[in-house]
Amino acid sequence: MSTAAREFGDVILKVEGVSLAFGGVKALTEVSFDVREHEIRAIIGPNGAGKSSMLNVINGVYHPQQGQVTYRGEARRAMDPHRAARSGIARTFQNLALFKGMSVLDNLLAGRNLMMRMPILLQALRVGPALREEIAHRKRVEEIIDFLEIQHVRKTPVGRLPYGLQKRVDLGRALAAEPRVLLLDEPMAGMNVEEKQDMCRFILDVNDEFGTTIVLIEHDMGVVMDLSDRVAVLDYGRLIGDGTPDEIRANQAVIDAYLGVKH
Amino acid sequence: MASAVADRDTFPKLLAAHARERGDAPAIREKDLGIWQSWTWREVAHEVRLLAAGLASRGFTRGMHLAVVGDNRPRLYWAQLATQALGGIPVPFYQDAPAHEMAFVFQNAEIGFAVVEDQEQADKLFEILPQCPTLKHVFYDDPRGFRHYRRDELTSYETLRAEGEAWLRDHPDFLEAEIAKGKGADTAIMLYTSGTTGNPKGVVLSYDNLVRSGEAYARLEGLTDREEVLAYLPMAWIGQNLFSYAQWLVVGFRINCPESAETVITDMREIGPTYYFAPPRVLEALLTQVTIRMEDAGWVKRWLFRHFMALARRVGSRILDGQPVSFGDRFQYALGGLAIYGPLRNALGMTRIRVAYTAGEAIGPDLFVFYRSLGINLKQLYGQTETCASVCVQHDGHVKPDTVGPPLEGVEVRVLDSGEIVLRCPGLFVEYHQNEEATREAKDAEGWYHTGDAGYFDADGHLKIIDRAKDVGKLSDGTLFAPKYLENKLKFFASIKEAVAFGDGRPEATAMINIDMQAVGDWAERRGIAYSGYQDLAAKPQVYELIRECVEKVNADLAADPKLCGSQVHRFVVLHKELDADDGELTRTRKVRRRYIAEKYESVVHALYSDMDHCWVEAQVRFEDGRTGSVRAQLAVKTARTFPPVAAKAA
Repeated sequence: MSTAAREFGDVILKVEGVSLAFGGVKALTEVSFDVREHEIRAIIGPNGAGKSSMLNVINGVYHPQQGQVTYRGEARRAMDPHRAARSGIARTFQNLALFKGMSVLDNLLAGRNLMMRMPILLQALRVGPALREEIAHRKRVEEIIDFLEIQHVRKTPVGRLPYGLQKRVDLGRALAAEPRVLLLDEPMAGMNVEEKQDMCRFILDVNDEFGTTIVLIEHDMGVVMDLSDRVAVLDYGRLIGDGTPDEIRANQAVIDAYLGVKH
Repeated sequence: MASAVADRDTFPKLLAAHARERGDAPAIREKDLGIWQSWTWREVAHEVRLLAAGLASRGFTRGMHLAVVGDNRPRLYWAQLATQALGGIPVPFYQDAPAHEMAFVFQNAEIGFAVVEDQEQADKLFEILPQCPTLKHVFYDDPRGFRHYRRDELTSYETLRAEGEAWLRDHPDFLEAEIAKGKGADTAIMLYTSGTTGNPKGVVLSYDNLVRSGEAYARLEGLTDREEVLAYLPMAWIGQNLFSYAQWLVVGFRINCPESAETVITDMREIGPTYYFAPPRVLEALLTQVTIRMEDAGWVKRWLFRHFMALARRVGSRILDGQPVSFGDRFQYALGGLAIYGPLRNALGMTRIRVAYTAGEAIGPDLFVFYRSLGINLKQLYGQTETCASVCVQHDGHVKPDTVGPPLEGVEVRVLDSGEIVLRCPGLFVEYHQNEEATREAKDAEGWYHTGDAGYFDADGHLKIIDRAKDVGKLSDGTLFAPKYLENKLKFFASIKEAVAFGDGRPEATAMINIDMQAVGDWAERRGIAYSGYQDLAAKPQVYELIRECVEKVNADLAADPKLCGSQVHRFVVLHKELDADDGELTRTRKVRRRYIAEKYESVVHALYSDMDHCWVEAQVRFEDGRTGSVRAQLAVKTARTFPPVAAKAA
């Protein structure tokens, strides 16, 4: 029922003619697609199709040789990760980016680092305005803990948690930055069925409650088709399909790429 | 017994009294966003007032039922109180109740209003809505996920509260008048018992039932308004309603709702309850955690733990009961307190506990003694939903692991010739909702409630529950025979997984025993006994010796029991295969089907009651893939030593 009631905004992110090569290896060739505000946009494709490269271009980790990325009306050849983070793009990582020895709570607080305004000395002394700021941050982080239902591990070092739960903490760490656009790199990889279901629910809830635009990479087709509003399909670095899940299911090029074709 | 004074005979009146007398004292806390949020008595009274007014504005009136669905949350407590303030009857549900079971209750109680915790519970109600035409209003606490719901029945808690605020401006004195109309004999709450057969029955409890039961426990234990209680049990359970709701209002102490079901252990440590209630399975889970964590500890800690726990098992309970213990042992126990017991109590969150209760099912003596030997005053009580869980309780200093203590004040207990326990008590329920037949069956003309449990009083006047009355039989010489009691006693040994006792109409009691593969397998490995599988292991003479020791210990125990000393186990066999639900020998809830087993293993039963020292058995087994085969084995029949009855002390 949620899909019908949701309204998408304008295009928030637009990728135009992006090509990326590492030496002679072409990772992406003239890829174009757009992402509208508040939607869940999936990028799928077989292994090595260029999905992660695409995410890294949006995020500013890789700089494409051709094409441009327009984010909130501002066109750029190359983003840099720091500016991406400041302008409201957060991401999770396939291999997790968490401080294993720190508690869940501290990891999430670290995710708000960009929003801490007080000088480091005041923060260390925890006086006056710095204390008030810390309380405000803690409150926001507690809301995320509540949202992701990880109260029971709040003070547990992340390294001691099972993998599925670490993934959830990684999502929380990205959410702590209160992003407008959330990039998820294979959020379900390595999870069992139950953990996948939980993760799907959280992704939908994030999108629904906070209105966050979500771009996710995934190779579990079933998950993607249920979750996404629109799907872009990459194969050997080229965009071979773009549309709603139903359109993608019926797309011959996509079927060939996934199931193979006689040559 | 004099009824409670007229201005304190219902929960809404009690709440008003607390708001007057200790208005600024915290009444309820809930951990939310990592912080314990608290509400004072005055604030609770205010919230309840607004909520009640909101309900009244929606047409909720005296005598109506309101469903409360969700976990232990302050707002659900307030919903119960608001309902009661209007003279309505709350019907709490188990938070994991499946939708189709809820449908029956909604129809049976003609429920028109429901307060639910969250989207999950609301979805369940919408699923059964077509079958429950009476349900018109659903109020939810947690707004998450409701944004896109467009249903006329749905209203948020906040909206209802605001409606109440507006309504109160036009009807300023309405609520006080409604509260004043309530009296002790009115129905306070309706709890549905999960019938194992047929539909659940709605147990109607009055304010008098709950208030008097709460008072009886409070007087016995000397409870004060300074107690801290962790409220974490299902809202629909009588234990929760008596100890975390009725007593909260009777005594005026503080209740604390944990953050989530997974955080109970941490939250308990933070609160440090002084008064605690837990069913045996919770205590067992806690002990398992301790055991697992001890296994990971270094060898010094492990050694200390083993050493001091052995000491505690020997003298801990005696010290707690104030019995004489030698100076040396006392000194050592004090050392153990510093090294092990104190830190362990702290880790369990039980440092401040004055009184802890357990009930609901039989608790293993080892489990029970573990907590008591640490110096935690854990006690058993006995009661049902129908009796407000208030029949018997063990008294401080007089705790015997195998009894449930003497009757509470005002409770009359009789044991019928059949062995069944019947009773009358202040907490005895009014009736089953719209089920006169069941009410008549349970409560006879003179008001005696038939529990269906069999038991008897020991020499000290403590009640001992032995079995369900319908399972109790007699040996051919007329001695009482309680198969489940024997089986439980045997099963408390780690080596024994299942036991089946026979003896009804026979000259003596006998038993078939299933070894526990894990425990006995480990035991055999440590002794270098080679075995090829279950059947081989079960037939080993050494294993027979091990089991014989267990049986003889049970017999020695029984010899001290004047009523049951005649039912010592004379002969036993160790079965060659595990009893299994797939073979029809156990029910799906792992209860032994005694009659079926007696038929299936007729040759074994025959051998048990002859002087043969072995027998042949051929049994059909069903493999996991559905095929059947048969297992043929020779079983040895052994005789166990029995003991002459120990004369009852100073009888």
